[in-house]
Amino acid sequence: MSEMIVMVAVYVAHMALALAMIFALARMMRGPRAQDRVLGLDTLYVNSMLQVLVFGIRTGSTFYFEAALIIAVLGFVATAALAKFLMRGEVIE
Amino acid sequence: MSHAQDLPLWAAIIVALLLLLGSGLALVGSYGFWKLRSFYDRVHAPTLGTSWGTGAIVMASMIFFSVLQLRPVLHEFLVGVFVTVTMPITLMLLARAAIYRDRAENNPEVPPMDPPRIKLDVGADPDAPESRS
Repeated sequence: MSEMIVMVAVYVAHMALALAMIFALARMMRGPRAQDRVLGLDTLYVNSMLQVLVFGIRTGSTFYFEAALIIAVLGFVATAALAKFLMRGEVIE
Repeated sequence: MSHAQDLPLWAAIIVALLLLLGSGLALVGSYGFWKLRSFYDRVHAPTLGTSWGTGAIVMASMIFFSVLQLRPVLHEFLVGVFVTVTMPITLMLLARAAIYRDRAENNPEVPPMDPPRIKLDVGADPDAPESRS
């Protein structure tokens, strides 16, 4: 019983996060300006990190936590670097 | 998914509710990010997923592994703290970069820069004693 409850919730969470990743990807491909694309990449990073956490609950192994932490760190570094590039690099053409 | 058989019912319900809450908030945030019109509206939307979305899923993971392994498993807390600390920094950097770019292009929808602060006591007597602290 409890296994079925958790399993259904995990599948629904996978589907919702996949739909969220699709939205972020659509904005990243469509986004009218560069900052929209950078923000879409950041949202995609966060959603994929949550996806990995949910996958860790699904498989019952604690190793996915480290992958989620690495994805979070990489997302922060990538977005901060891209924001600095937008501010300093492309404006002065 | 046979590892969750030992999970008691109350923990299963709490984990399921937290999972649904977190993923639903992430979905709502991403939908708003896709739907809103200007960038300055859009920059607010993903914070739903990064604040309570991440918090709820991290709490679900902590409760799940703590109940299953009969010991406190708290290392998911690191993910929540890291995301909570770094997300305002990235969004603020990004918003400042966007507003800098819009001002550089003279976009009329962006408020102009603050005028330089005028010193009111420029022409005052320099020999007067400083009355202000």
